[in-house]
Amino acid sequence: MQGTGGGRKRGRWLARLLALHGMLSYLFLYAPIVILVIYSFNASRYASGAWRGFTLSWYARLFANEAIGDALRNTLIVAGTSTAISTVFGTMVALAMERYDFRGKLAFDALLYLPIIIPDIAMAVMLLLFFVLARVQLGLTTIIISHVAFNISFVAVVVRARLAYFDITLEEAAQDLYADEWQTFRRITLPLIMPGILGGALLAFTLSIDDFVITFFTAGPGSTTLPLRIYSMVKLGVTPEVNALSSMMLVASIGLVLLSLLLQKGGGGGGIEIA
Amino acid sequence: MMGRPRTRRETIRLLFLISPSLFWLLVFFLFPLLLVFAISFGQRGTYGGVRWTLTLENYVRFFDPLYLRILGRTFLLALTTTVLCLVIGYPLAYFIATRPARWRNVLVLLLMIPFWTNFLIRTYAWLLILRDQGLINTVWTGPLHELLVQIAAAAPLPIWEAALRATSHPLHLFGTDGAIIVGLVYGWLPDMVLPCYAAIERLDFSLVEAAQDLYADRLRSFTRVILPLTMPGIVAGSVLVFIPSLGAYVTPDLLGGAKSIMLGNVIYSQFMSARDYPFGAAISFILMAVMLIGTLVYFRMGAETE
Repeated sequence: MQGTGGGRKRGRWLARLLALHGMLSYLFLYAPIVILVIYSFNASRYASGAWRGFTLSWYARLFANEAIGDALRNTLIVAGTSTAISTVFGTMVALAMERYDFRGKLAFDALLYLPIIIPDIAMAVMLLLFFVLARVQLGLTTIIISHVAFNISFVAVVVRARLAYFDITLEEAAQDLYADEWQTFRRITLPLIMPGILGGALLAFTLSIDDFVITFFTAGPGSTTLPLRIYSMVKLGVTPEVNALSSMMLVASIGLVLLSLLLQKGGGGGGIEIA
Repeated sequence: MMGRPRTRRETIRLLFLISPSLFWLLVFFLFPLLLVFAISFGQRGTYGGVRWTLTLENYVRFFDPLYLRILGRTFLLALTTTVLCLVIGYPLAYFIATRPARWRNVLVLLLMIPFWTNFLIRTYAWLLILRDQGLINTVWTGPLHELLVQIAAAAPLPIWEAALRATSHPLHLFGTDGAIIVGLVYGWLPDMVLPCYAAIERLDFSLVEAAQDLYADRLRSFTRVILPLTMPGIVAGSVLVFIPSLGAYVTPDLLGGAKSIMLGNVIYSQFMSARDYPFGAAISFILMAVMLIGTLVYFRMGAETE
């Protein structure tokens, strides 16, 4: 780099300022999360009071709370079912979109991306109205249907990213060796795109566990999930139990995200950049 | 192998692959979307149902100063959030993009982790920090106040009195527009940084060196070379922040007070408490229209500066 001594000095200052800004930004992103987790171990009766010593009693209370057990069960049923359905459908549609041209493909592509872009409140309203007018009883089924509706798109994006790097000659080689189509798919295609499928499935699972707004609108009596439980607890009054429950959910979703990213990176090439 | 299906077999296979998703998206996404549009021209039934009519009443009703003010507030809050995210996010993206490759991946990963964790919980964390009995005020009226008391006792000066008065009450942070903006910026900052980062990382820095060889100073090589070349990232990031901010519900609900509501809260109350589905549907459509127009205008602006 050329320049006068003064210019170089200014450049160094600028670089330092940029580094400081970077560190402060990461502090901004992580401090609230860390503070929440620290509060969950605070012995104070108040959710955000001064430090009164370390305790695990808020966690112990959570495990004794039956309503939370029910919410956990509902969350896992919804996430498990919607992930299974959307992973199969999303993978199938990803294969079709990467392999074929067909009339209306552009429109279908747009339809496939729309659930990712549309704000969740709009999607929540649409689905609620649909279920109410179709006289469908709101409950776990309607939540699952709604989660599949947004998760198909996320799975499809992740699997397509993986397929974009797929070496098609491998399939041709298999067929030259007299493998039929099903054998080629099972022995060659599926194993090669498996990291993408698993990454997509974990992403869908995480999104389903974390979803609040759409679940809130499409839930009925007896189908409370963990985010809904947290919300109603917060609305009733902020307590240390909420801190403990929130911390556990944070740790669980951070674990799942890391696993998902790891799987997508695995086997080289073709992870997603962002949503 | 990319191409139109040539044989009957291939056509059947294509149909088999797309029909489940097509069915699901048509029935549980596109149809409900059209349904909301149709209902927005309907009327509220006696028991909260929908009477199918063709009236513009719901849209006319929205042009009440009350709702227009909320629309304006929502737009301004979303715009402020977008600008703040850009001001904070672009330098951060630049910082990450100019690190060595190994660091870059770690920093991007650290950016993505909070992005994928529960938005409700992340907003709740700010509630713990900002509320009257929250972290900031615990320090403000606690240790800070005591410290000032001691200083004032040691050196009685008139300035301490004002400071003592200020720290004897909690700061009013919670329930303000400021709290909503902090919550929104916190929630959507990664949405801005990731596309900006992708654009800056792709940038060919030899172009910047070329500009400097031609005696462009730092500012000019930034505004004339770096900024225009990374504009697609800025545009994408701004849209990704603006859209969810406009449709925010959780953030104003948890961090905003009674006076600082956004359009998302109005939609919520129309559906959940007032049970006026047609009016709620009309507001939802207005919200989507504002998003669409905002996004298009922004893309147009982005295209012109390129």
